[in-house]
Amino acid sequence: MFSMKSRNLRGRRFLRIPQKFILPILIALVFVSGGTVFLKYAQAVEKEPIKVGILHSLSGTMSISEVAVKDGELLAIEEINAQGGVLGRKIVPIIEDGASDWPTFAEKAKKLIMKDKVAVVFGCWTSASRKAVLPVFEKYDHLLFYPVQYEGLEASKNIIYTGATANQQIMPGVTWLLKNGQKKFYLLGSDYVFPKTCNLIVKAQLKAEGGTLVGEEYTPLGHTEYSTVISKIKAAKPDVVFNSLNGDSNVAFFKQLRAAGITAKDIPTMSVSIAEDEIRGIGAENLLGHFAVWNYFMSMDTPDNKKFVTAYRARYGKDRVTDDPIEANYFGVYLWAKAVEKAGTPDPLKVRAAVRGLKFKAPEGEVTVDPTNNHVHKIVQVGKVKSDGQFDIIWSSGKPVAPDPFPSLVSNKIVLEPGKIVDRKK
Amino acid sequence: MGIETLLSQVFNGLSLSSVLLLVGLGLSITFGIMGVINFAHGEFLMVGAYVVYVLQTLFSKLYGHGASGVSFLISIPLSFFVAAFLGFLLEKVLIRFLYGRPYEGILATWGCSLIFQQMARNIFGANNVDVASPKWLAGGVEVMPGLQLPYNRLFILALTTICVMGIYFYLYRTAQGRRMRAVMQNRDMSACLGIRTRKVDTYTFALGSGLAGVAGSAVSLLGSIGPSTGQNYIIDAFMVVVLGGTGRLAGTIAGALVMGVLNPVFELISTSSMGKVILFILVILFLQGKPQGLFSLKTRALD
Repeated sequence: MFSMKSRNLRGRRFLRIPQKFILPILIALVFVSGGTVFLKYAQAVEKEPIKVGILHSLSGTMSISEVAVKDGELLAIEEINAQGGVLGRKIVPIIEDGASDWPTFAEKAKKLIMKDKVAVVFGCWTSASRKAVLPVFEKYDHLLFYPVQYEGLEASKNIIYTGATANQQIMPGVTWLLKNGQKKFYLLGSDYVFPKTCNLIVKAQLKAEGGTLVGEEYTPLGHTEYSTVISKIKAAKPDVVFNSLNGDSNVAFFKQLRAAGITAKDIPTMSVSIAEDEIRGIGAENLLGHFAVWNYFMSMDTPDNKKFVTAYRARYGKDRVTDDPIEANYFGVYLWAKAVEKAGTPDPLKVRAAVRGLKFKAPEGEVTVDPTNNHVHKIVQVGKVKSDGQFDIIWSSGKPVAPDPFPSLVSNKIVLEPGKIVDRKK
Repeated sequence: MGIETLLSQVFNGLSLSSVLLLVGLGLSITFGIMGVINFAHGEFLMVGAYVVYVLQTLFSKLYGHGASGVSFLISIPLSFFVAAFLGFLLEKVLIRFLYGRPYEGILATWGCSLIFQQMARNIFGANNVDVASPKWLAGGVEVMPGLQLPYNRLFILALTTICVMGIYFYLYRTAQGRRMRAVMQNRDMSACLGIRTRKVDTYTFALGSGLAGVAGSAVSLLGSIGPSTGQNYIIDAFMVVVLGGTGRLAGTIAGALVMGVLNPVFELISTSSMGKVILFILVILFLQGKPQGLFSLKTRALD
């Protein structure tokens, strides 16, 4: 009891002294820093710069993936600025943190559009965050570049989807496995919308193309205990595990799979959410010989990709890696800049019209924005994990595959133009 | 279902129990004994996991890649001391102002948990980091075709046994442990008898945090090491302690065994998500009938 009394006294004395000064000091700081920033910009820029928004989770659980995508977007902006900007104007990125929280994404999207008056937003990763900002972009009729492969069944006129649809990643991956004699599939995924929709497509495809399903399992996001799942897989004796786990669970699954004595030679896995960046956290030794299907791999041996990888590493460090979603919005920024030049204005409505049908030589090869559904034509490749954490590219579609956000296997809808989706005629 | 599936399920159950017990052990001391609902407990676990990573990186720089076996062994006690020291600081700076104020305690420790996570992101980056398992823990004992007991699981079983025996010895065979139990049973009377309860609180909290650090170094063999690692284990740890009954070591052991053995069974007959739902429903129903948990401490304190 004595101690409590003296503690309270101490606490009060501690607070009393600085309180008077805190507010004036803070106000002074704000004015000084605000003033310097303003002066700096006023001097440096002759023509009014074009503001673009960048909206990713820079904190919270999703920052694991999104920080690197943000870095890719900033790199593209810096490169374009170094070449004189667009329409002779510099691009100024305004970066907002979605904090892995979907309502925050919607709020920040609104702030970027209404308060900062940006010309375009590059951002999001999870489908949940995209679905959260979609109404905002539709309400203000604005423009978003979304960089991640996703489950499809969407074609908004306000979004340019630079990642893959199911028929540009999942379906070719399944077909490739079936052609290689892997007929018995075990489907493993995290328990949310993307893996479930993805596996709906896989199951329909197995039925149509002559494969069999020997097991299907979903684990909660962040699940860490895979011994029972591994027992089930062992008992089901599949030819291949089709893996759509996301996040930390992949680390636990592959570490425990290897400890249970199962290597890629016994039961290979085909993953749709593991890229070079994720391999670093899982450990290449745990993934050796397993497969992944993507549109872009860091190990692609083309001059455009070498230039991109060199620039990315020079800017962010030798130990950094590039991967599919990073590349998708790196060329997303270039596509936007090209569309601005074509439209002659950064106005989102005009740019949106100009970007349709536009071609660009991306690190993965030539990409084209599909004029009917706002997705991108891109090549598909299968890679096999090597001991250095890079992929050995063992199959490629050779030429770009047209995007189909509403595959006929799981949907009876068809896109007439972005935002205009109708039932398929029988 | 073959015999090897059945046997491997028994082993999975024991193995999961040992992980749960190791993670819950520290919490059973801070939450069970001290009554502090510490949401930052998982972050001490994360700290322990990062200690393994830092030490391994250091060792492979100094002695080459072959040193991971040695560095892992050293990192276990080091995890304990680093996490215990952080726990010591946290208790001194924050927790001791919050005894007897559980709601503020929850909010404050939850805030700490977020701060620790973001600090880890700033220091180590948001991505998971990779720790290579030591060579001598790779592979496993092949009991029969189709049934391999991984060495790392066996190692965690052994480590948990050692930790439990150590804690038992400390609590029931040393003077400090006796003081700890005395304070937990009747704080005012202990204070009257000359025990410096403040000091005991600090060391108890540090001990619980240190155990979380050990758990962190162990689970680095099984799962991810990243800023959110602690979050993956915290709910299970609370469940183990609540189910077991607060304040007794035997309760925590029983809680971990029940959850660890039943979870794989439910998972096998349904799915991973449903297995957990069934288990949690059963635990909640059980706690309705017996809110003090499997084992409870008989005290004369009115609280």
